[in-house]
Amino acid sequence: MVVHPATQDIGFAVRRRVACFLSTLRHSGFHVGLAESCDALAILANANIARPSAAKPALKALLCGRRSDWDRFDDLFDAFWFGRGVKSRVQTAPSRGPAQPSAFKGPHGRNDGAQTNLASDVERGADEQEFEATPDGRREGASRSESLGDVDFRKIADPDAMAEAHAIAERLARAMRTRLTRRDRLAARGRRIDLRRTIRASLPTGGTPIHLVHQRRRSKPLRLVVLLDASGSMNLYTAVFVRFVHGILDHFLEADAFLFHTSLVHVSDALREKDAGKALDRLSLMAKGVGGGTRIGDSLASFNRWHAVRVIHSRTCVMILSDGYDTGAPDVLGAEMAALRRRCKRIVWLNPLIGWDGYEPSARGMAAALPYVDLFAPAHSLDSLAAIEPYLAQL
Amino acid sequence: MTGILARNEIADRLAAAGYIADPSLATALMLMDMLGRPLLLEGEAGVGKTEVAKALAKVHGSELIRLQCYEGLDRNEAIYEWNYQSQLLAIKIREQSDASALEEHIFSEKYLLERPVLAAIRRAQAPVLLIDEIDRADEEFEAFLLEVLSDFQVSIPELGTITAISIPRVVLTSNGTRELSDALRRRCLYHPLDFPDVDREARILVTRIPGIDAALALQLARLMQGVRKEGLSKTPGIAETLDWAAALVGLGVSRLDADREAVFDTLSCVLKTREDRARITREVTDRLIGKVA
Repeated sequence: MVVHPATQDIGFAVRRRVACFLSTLRHSGFHVGLAESCDALAILANANIARPSAAKPALKALLCGRRSDWDRFDDLFDAFWFGRGVKSRVQTAPSRGPAQPSAFKGPHGRNDGAQTNLASDVERGADEQEFEATPDGRREGASRSESLGDVDFRKIADPDAMAEAHAIAERLARAMRTRLTRRDRLAARGRRIDLRRTIRASLPTGGTPIHLVHQRRRSKPLRLVVLLDASGSMNLYTAVFVRFVHGILDHFLEADAFLFHTSLVHVSDALREKDAGKALDRLSLMAKGVGGGTRIGDSLASFNRWHAVRVIHSRTCVMILSDGYDTGAPDVLGAEMAALRRRCKRIVWLNPLIGWDGYEPSARGMAAALPYVDLFAPAHSLDSLAAIEPYLAQL
Repeated sequence: MTGILARNEIADRLAAAGYIADPSLATALMLMDMLGRPLLLEGEAGVGKTEVAKALAKVHGSELIRLQCYEGLDRNEAIYEWNYQSQLLAIKIREQSDASALEEHIFSEKYLLERPVLAAIRRAQAPVLLIDEIDRADEEFEAFLLEVLSDFQVSIPELGTITAISIPRVVLTSNGTRELSDALRRRCLYHPLDFPDVDREARILVTRIPGIDAALALQLARLMQGVRKEGLSKTPGIAETLDWAAALVGLGVSRLDADREAVFDTLSCVLKTREDRARITREVTDRLIGKVA
């Protein structure tokens, strides 16, 4: 960090305003700190670039850290300094993490769901206290989880039971993570001898190699990328699945989550929030238009185009949670599935409909995607979710 | 700090060095000097990230030191290493001599192998240090690099701390194959690079390909826009455009629509996989040329 003496000449009012601007950016999810404030002032103190037209690109280069910041910066800058655009943008942003400003407008399709989830969270808290108050409370909880295991999510109506199902889904995701990673660690054993470092280590012993240095093969942990269908046809399942995905993200070393309906949204950041209620709240702001139709093919296309390079490596399992009802063209879906198949190690498609009696994967989209899927499994109940774990462990 | 070039000055000098920059990139390069921060360039393969560093070195008339990152890169290969073989040899030769003198001897500059980062901070004139494809290196290395980039000093246990003689201009590039840490992003200035627009690509062609006709350059630039929209599995970058232009100029093509055969035959300059080759058929080529003619 270079602190310029010229910074001292800037008036208090301007400094304060710059600090406010940085704090606005911070609330919008930019990673900026004190060092950046100083440098921002240094930029403004420089006579050559203090004009707005020159200061904007300069501050942009300094304060942005990633493409999404870059794309949003102009709007935020104009809104803050010139009051252009939506009024609520600056005022509402603070308490709510990195929500896209545009998410405040438009239909809050998902918002109601989040509210009920929040409510059920609170209820669950009360519930647990009640359990602990009674001496045999714990047993009661356990027996209940067993009975919930094979019930279709659709048929869980009672809010308590729903909350319980959420909690179990999350616990399940956690358990998967612990088991999977332990297997990984045991597998990583050094085989070859690193000659160069062995010679280096032999210096203290006068050139006689006593300590052998092994070269360890780098083991990549299994990465899980979840694509969750949040369309109208899935809405009986979405709430539980979101909790499941939250558990996965919270506890897997490497995981990423995307939500799709008519378009694709990257939701890892929102779901990484430790508190499930908060996570859902943020999610609702990011995913406007949830609950409408589905365009799986287009969503996959934008995943392949924009995100696949970054989130997929050779040991990646892509998990798609969807019922396969696609309003787009089936051949688009087929082609995109083929492209995805080439990139990743395994594709798991979890379809809640398989649990229904007499289900055949006859939806056109599903039929087009099926040839590229490695595991096509039901996901209508907790037991069915638990059943995938052994499969993932083998990867 | 003196000698900071103004934005327009940098843009002009970049153009003279053969790099056509947009104003915001020139601003970022100016800030590098003003704030003493590294610059992080992000973008798809082939948008000319590495070229920026090369051109920057030319602008400042300084040396370019390049550190190519890869998985498993560690400090020995990035900063310094002792020349173990020579050291062992020296020990064997002087076996009878005094041990402490021997130790002093084998841990002297003579046996120190400079790697890019150490080399960059020991130059009399500040060089440009290009840390290429930082996303390929491991996270541990990234954290360690962060430390070097903030202090510009390297400590070698046997020799002591080496502080920078001059602060290098650091350019990092990333393809986005791995998410970089927030700490690194915060430390750096950021500039995303995209494929150039028609106008800029045409200007690049005119600057870089001797003897190219301005009309052909414009046609080719527009054709490339079309090719990039075809959804190829490997989108061709600027380097591919330059190759193609050189090939066409070499074959004496003056207008794309006048010599469609040559255009189709030289597609191998831009299409690098079998599928892409199969996708751009003769008909598709005709359609694309039809749009730009």
